[in-house]
Amino acid sequence: MKLVFEKSVPSRKAFRMGPRDVPSSVSIDESLLRKKPADLPELSELDVVRHFTELSRRNFGVDTNFYPLGSCTMKYNPKVNERIASYPGFAHLHPLLPQLRMGGMLTQGALRVLYEMDRFLCEIAGMDGFTMQPMAGAHGELTGLMIMAAYHRSKGTQKKYILAPDSAHGTNPSSAAIAGYEVISVPTGNRGILEPEEVRRHLNPEVAGLMLTCPNTLGLFNPHIAEICELIHGVDGLAYYDGANLNAIVGQARPGDFGFDIIHINLHKTFSTPHGGGGPGAGPVGVRADLVDFLPVSVVVKRDDGTYALEYDRPHSIGYVAPFYGNFGIILRAYVYILMLGKEGLKRVSQNAVLNANYLKEKLKDHYDLAFDGVCKHECVFSPTQAMLDNDVHALNIAKSLIDRGFHPPTIYFPSIVREAIMIEPTETESKETLDRFIAAMIEIAELALSDPQQIRDAPVTTPVSRPNETIAARVLDIASIA
Amino acid sequence: MVKEGLLYTKEHEWVRVEGDSATVGISDHAQEMLGDVTFVELPEANASFAQNDPMAVVESSKAASDVYCPISGTVMEVNSPLEDAPELINESCYEQGWICKVQMANPQELDTLMNAEAYGQFLAEQS
Repeated sequence: MKLVFEKSVPSRKAFRMGPRDVPSSVSIDESLLRKKPADLPELSELDVVRHFTELSRRNFGVDTNFYPLGSCTMKYNPKVNERIASYPGFAHLHPLLPQLRMGGMLTQGALRVLYEMDRFLCEIAGMDGFTMQPMAGAHGELTGLMIMAAYHRSKGTQKKYILAPDSAHGTNPSSAAIAGYEVISVPTGNRGILEPEEVRRHLNPEVAGLMLTCPNTLGLFNPHIAEICELIHGVDGLAYYDGANLNAIVGQARPGDFGFDIIHINLHKTFSTPHGGGGPGAGPVGVRADLVDFLPVSVVVKRDDGTYALEYDRPHSIGYVAPFYGNFGIILRAYVYILMLGKEGLKRVSQNAVLNANYLKEKLKDHYDLAFDGVCKHECVFSPTQAMLDNDVHALNIAKSLIDRGFHPPTIYFPSIVREAIMIEPTETESKETLDRFIAAMIEIAELALSDPQQIRDAPVTTPVSRPNETIAARVLDIASIA
Repeated sequence: MVKEGLLYTKEHEWVRVEGDSATVGISDHAQEMLGDVTFVELPEANASFAQNDPMAVVESSKAASDVYCPISGTVMEVNSPLEDAPELINESCYEQGWICKVQMANPQELDTLMNAEAYGQFLAEQS
């Protein structure tokens, strides 16, 4: 397929301005004018429509195919979310309106959504207050760490370090570093989880807190979680729950009850809002009661007369972390999802997510190496067998072969503590029939990796582009579309 | 491949000792695990490091990985061609893909490193 620039025909136009019939009264300084016209494609309207329609038909998403991207929770997004979010009363609201005089009364619906979402998430996570502002999970992490820093500052204690397991998402250490902390990486034990003994070994009075994903990136729940939180509290540190994998326990257990003090929730994962390709995401942050004063402003409050309003009088707040109220359209979609499912529905979400992951794990564990055996939560991590590696078939080749079979590749080479990791997360929305087709494809690939490895190494062969040169793309950064 | 005559760390750096100078790079096993190297952040000349301090970063399409200083000392020379040709680490990790030369502050630390045979055994135990 040609690029839109290659389809350009000189002087072809989609729209022609009528001739000017009044004298020009605007004079623009010569130095501000282009010396030559911008190098834009010249096309008719139909050319443009066909070009982008053809591109859109090559899209690959949850709406077209199974998307078992480990750690990303690419679940189906119910269309009712979209319908409600497109209501003009929500979609056309100006974010400044509730800040204008009398504007609050014109935006009661939207304010109520924000207020109730705060209450829902508190109930789900076992926290006492939430901010909806953070625009994504990593932004939530940074917000949470800024709240942690504000807490330690308010007590006048000197804190320097953040503990994070070596299986953590890369965003954990980077968020900690941006918040001004040094990161101590704690090794994962033989059972694939963070052991209390290791936490104790790395603990010191200058530890500000711990960041933990639970279940972790291997899909394993940590049975010592309460003990680990207590250890952190023992040095007046705070326990931060990275909610990336909340989908595995939503409705079943609450991080606040384990002993966590701060949490972010990726609405775009657990509560079915669109993501991939960079967003928009939403990473609301929740805190326990004595940290509520540090939450960003503004805060939506419910007055005695039942109306909703923005409150700014929070002297201990860390301030704004995003314009206005976060990605409102995304928060609204997650709100609809929670209301549609209710408490019972959310419980079934995590039950089915875990059931699906264990079904895949059991069916595939005789064909691939399993990093850690035992009951997993919402995802599991495989590796190619030694025989496959001896045939020069790696995780990358297996992932590429899935494309030819109509599946999005799983996450590969993460978590980095597993060699040649293939991280599969089916989510709760896939049927047994889809899972069985995926299992059959994975088994076929495993067999071909031994009998005809070249076929696996050549994949994919059914796509418009087979293998982009990822190394050149990373070594020679050139993001300009126009030379 | 483990090259004879070099010393190795558990973090997969190698060291070539010449007088009080130690040339540092990453092992063949390390470059193989990383895959195609896309970027190398070299230490600054004259910078001092203690043993096990992170001194450089090697990035590949799979991961970004710290290179730890195998021995305390001061950086005398860095392999600046790596800035434009990071692939040298993949193509020639023990020769052209060296990272820097360190003037050792405490050569006794060399005793904490593994020889080729011990490193080979270490790799076998790891897999």
